[in-house]
Amino acid sequence: MKRAPGFEPYKRNFLQMPLPCGEGFSFKEVLLMAETVKATILNEADVQRTLVRIAHEIVESNGGAHGLALVGIVTRGDALAHKLAEIIQSIENEEVPVGTLDISLYRDDIGSKLSPVLKRTEVNFPLEEKTIVLVDDVLFTGRTIRAALDALMDLGRPRCIRLAVLVDRGHRELPIRADFVGKNVPSAYQENVRVRVTPFDEVNSVEILEAPAPDHSPGLDPAGGERR
Amino acid sequence: MIKSKHLIEIGDVTNDEIYEILENAKTFKEINDRPIKKLPTLRGKTVINLFLEPSTRTRSSFELAEKRLSADSLNFSASSSATVKGESLLDTAETFDAMKVDMVVARHKYGGYCRILADHMDARIVNGGDGIHQHPTQTLLDLFTMQERMGTVEGKTVGIIGDIVHSRVAGSLAPALKRLGARVIFIAPPSYLPAVPAALGAEVSHSLDAVLPELDVVYLLRIQGERANGLSVPSLREYSMLYGMDSRRMAKVQKDALIMHPGPMNRGVEITPEVIADPRAVVLDQVNAGVAVRMSVMYMMLGGEDDGAAA
Repeated sequence: MKRAPGFEPYKRNFLQMPLPCGEGFSFKEVLLMAETVKATILNEADVQRTLVRIAHEIVESNGGAHGLALVGIVTRGDALAHKLAEIIQSIENEEVPVGTLDISLYRDDIGSKLSPVLKRTEVNFPLEEKTIVLVDDVLFTGRTIRAALDALMDLGRPRCIRLAVLVDRGHRELPIRADFVGKNVPSAYQENVRVRVTPFDEVNSVEILEAPAPDHSPGLDPAGGERR
Repeated sequence: MIKSKHLIEIGDVTNDEIYEILENAKTFKEINDRPIKKLPTLRGKTVINLFLEPSTRTRSSFELAEKRLSADSLNFSASSSATVKGESLLDTAETFDAMKVDMVVARHKYGGYCRILADHMDARIVNGGDGIHQHPTQTLLDLFTMQERMGTVEGKTVGIIGDIVHSRVAGSLAPALKRLGARVIFIAPPSYLPAVPAALGAEVSHSLDAVLPELDVVYLLRIQGERANGLSVPSLREYSMLYGMDSRRMAKVQKDALIMHPGPMNRGVEITPEVIADPRAVVLDQVNAGVAVRMSVMYMMLGGEDDGAAA
């Protein structure tokens, strides 16, 4: 998350004001900036401990690191996948291939919404006969994971696909569940969960943000969408 | 996200949008190298390819782009459409509109055809080449190829050689290059130059041999006999001797320059087979980029509004 220095959160009517953070920020980012942190769920050390636990669980369920590959969903899932691979390597002394997946082209809401700049999808190993662990930061409606499954299937036929997430915040709209969960975070639908992961952000943390006032939340469609 | 509803002239897209289209095209290019070249992205969208003038590259490239993005596409060509029965442009436009199509890719021998369609249709119009006016998607794929090979077009010198006055390719490419910070030189006999070359942002030379060593890109155009009611030069042989690229002239070209041609090529006139075989010639790279760039354009035009999400 890019943040403007000296930015004062506006409680009301900030949408009518000129953007205090200048150009280059999406509306969603500005919204997130304007919200105050309600609670910190995981701090720097917690995130590290959680990732180590997930890594152990992955290795345990797979019976080692053999035939294992991680695929992170851009951008924070990707960063998490690399961290997990590093930890698994330190446990098992075996290198685990890591791929990157951009699900923009597989979203179910294209036509009403669109990711402006596509990120690269890089899965430089054959998926066949592999156990793929899909990694994302937040599991919410499940729609991102649905898209990721389709995207993976277009790349090959893995032996099986597992799902690892740092945070499961509930509110599923599809029959999808995670195999490895860092933390279950009961949250209100209107709240936002902010995950920050290095090197993409400056720190590793998971926070719940105060829900925006209902009369100032255009673009956030309660019927679904990209909220997380 | 492209702000303009239609893509009729290269001026419909801003510089930032051009760079965004080219950036996204890299992703689509990677998809075109996969064993499964199919995305569900534009499921349920309908695109009509209305090509009222012959086309190989552009039409098949658009059609592949549509199919790989899972859009439903229909092809109309001059001989099979009702225009041969005397249907007016306006009626054709309204007919397609009544069929609720999302996008029309149009090519016609008259410049301004796409504008007429745009004025009378709800669908988005993409210009697939209108007369001697513009051919914006060709320009985008040319820019993609140049960027891929040279990193940037900024500060580069591009020579466009041949029948410039009848070329919709030059009509889009020259202003775009100028806007992105390149230097453009038109190299042609006076009869093939537009009345005011500076209006397209270009300098002029009549001697290919003199400027050849300066060029980072040698962009060759076909002599378009079908538009000019015959030739505007004494003979093709003379044109070829003065403005054709052959192995003798290749020796003067910079060793990392690019030889480009929008096709179709007339071998032996503006380009010889030896030049086409030279590693500096990127004609097939241009064709390859065409599908990816057109996928990118359609994704950004039919994909709805930017929600600011990273992915």
